[in-house]
Amino acid sequence: MALERSDVEKIAHLARLQIREDEVPGYTQTLSDILALVDQLQATDTTDVEPMAHPLDAVQRLRADVVSETNQREQLQSVAPAVENGLFLVPRVIE
Amino acid sequence: MFDKTLAELAGGLAAGDFSSLELTESCLSRIKSQDAAYNSFITVTEELALGQARAADSLRAAGKAGMFTGLPLAHKDIFCTQGVRTSCASRMLDNFIAPYDATLVRKFNEAGAVTLGKTNMDEFAMGSSNESSFYGPSRNPWDTDRVPGGSSGGSAAAIAARLVPAATGTDTGGSIRQPAALCGITGLKPTYGRVSRYGMIAFASSLDQAGPMARTAEDAALMLKVMAGFDPMDSTCVEQDVPDYSASLNDSLEGLRIGLPKEYFADNLNPAIAEQVQNAVREFEKLGATVKEISLPNTALAVPAYYIIAPAEASTNLSRFDGVRYGYRCDNPVDLEDLYKRSRGEGFGDEVKRRIMVGTYALSAGYYDAYYRKAQQARRLIQQDFIQALSEVDVIMGPTTPQPAFRIGEKTSDPVQMYMEDIYTLALNLAGLPGMSVPCGQVQGLPVGLQIIGNYFAEAKLLNVAHRFQQATDWHTQAPASIKG
Repeated sequence: MALERSDVEKIAHLARLQIREDEVPGYTQTLSDILALVDQLQATDTTDVEPMAHPLDAVQRLRADVVSETNQREQLQSVAPAVENGLFLVPRVIE
Repeated sequence: MFDKTLAELAGGLAAGDFSSLELTESCLSRIKSQDAAYNSFITVTEELALGQARAADSLRAAGKAGMFTGLPLAHKDIFCTQGVRTSCASRMLDNFIAPYDATLVRKFNEAGAVTLGKTNMDEFAMGSSNESSFYGPSRNPWDTDRVPGGSSGGSAAAIAARLVPAATGTDTGGSIRQPAALCGITGLKPTYGRVSRYGMIAFASSLDQAGPMARTAEDAALMLKVMAGFDPMDSTCVEQDVPDYSASLNDSLEGLRIGLPKEYFADNLNPAIAEQVQNAVREFEKLGATVKEISLPNTALAVPAYYIIAPAEASTNLSRFDGVRYGYRCDNPVDLEDLYKRSRGEGFGDEVKRRIMVGTYALSAGYYDAYYRKAQQARRLIQQDFIQALSEVDVIMGPTTPQPAFRIGEKTSDPVQMYMEDIYTLALNLAGLPGMSVPCGQVQGLPVGLQIIGNYFAEAKLLNVAHRFQQATDWHTQAPASIKG
């Protein structure tokens, strides 16, 4: 299906992606082309076909509910953009 | 030394012909002097490599060397390497120093391997040409105006240029097999769940699988033995013993049943590639194999199903890149939404954003049944085709790609055209089956890949079939004319 400019702006918002104004027409075109490609599936009869989520139809393996990780906060936060007192910093959320 | 395989280098190290330090220095010096032409590395880990080489030589002196001790290789920059930048070829992770090792990296380290560096790739493994890398495209050593394929293009180019004897790759829709074909090397995508995905940056989690890339099937067997096996850190990793893949390499192919899917030899295929593949199949007949035509009737569903499932899973996986905990953060965000949107908008490249948006759309309210569920049903039909075919034949063969390597820039403006590059490889990831690409000829001086597909966990059979082919032919020993000693 062909997308409108407003569809692309809405999708970009849902995905939390900033798209420059001048990029919107290009994305509208290529996303429409991709949706036209995947829409070929609609012609296939899939009545009674069980959806396949996992190639080996495996079930989720569970482990014992015990502590298995050591605290690596400092190491993991060493790559964070902004940290203070062991906390990740973001712009003020509550005024 | 640069033209030797892993098996030959292992022999040389064991015989004391050269040390791991000498071998590693020789590889590093080739990378430094020649990689400007190929851009196959994002990061060269010289200090790490020299340290590992010295440690390997000490182990050998103490009589404690294993098969892999002191052998050099490179890792695709999608695998986390502790203390080393792991960028996934994205601006988003340009500043990311991995705080831990991927299981696969740890296993190679424990086996005594030497890490030469991290190879170039398509950004977040999304691409078939290596052109979506933040660090610029890698180039095909057979013709540097052409792409090496993708997404594991840097690994393939580095091996073809004889900068490294082997490298790791990942394959979500063909990302090991397609660059292997385009660069004239050997690549194997194992069964889904055979190799741990822990520490491998996720693209589409129900499709992603890591595998070996090398010059020969013999080397791929050595690598897979190290890589494969159960890992409690990956909940989809399969608990199954790892066979000695090298032990069965020389098994006879007498009576091997080969199936050729008629859909893989249809209109889209370059006739010159079809001819090379048919010639390869005749070699197998000489080795005692029987050949029959088979049908995979749902082949045409693979591309549309893949381009729903992969982007849907990618949009979910890549939501973790939010500019808060690691990776790129935009300057001076005014509020949290601005932080998310600009960090992601500026940190991701064009193709990654496009796939996130396709996935977001396919998963958005009201569209789930029409897209994701429908694609999962198509996936089942594709799998059933393979199960049916593999009840009649032992392996399936066909081309890896419809065309040889294309020119840089040729397909960048039309994503759909780029997606058609993977028409013969995507279906395997959807079915979760293992597959290989081995060099089987040339078209206008460019390599052609033969794809060999087997049943679940039949990696040993694939390696055996590929090895016997490489004993009977010399396509895998051909090197690009441009490479220098």
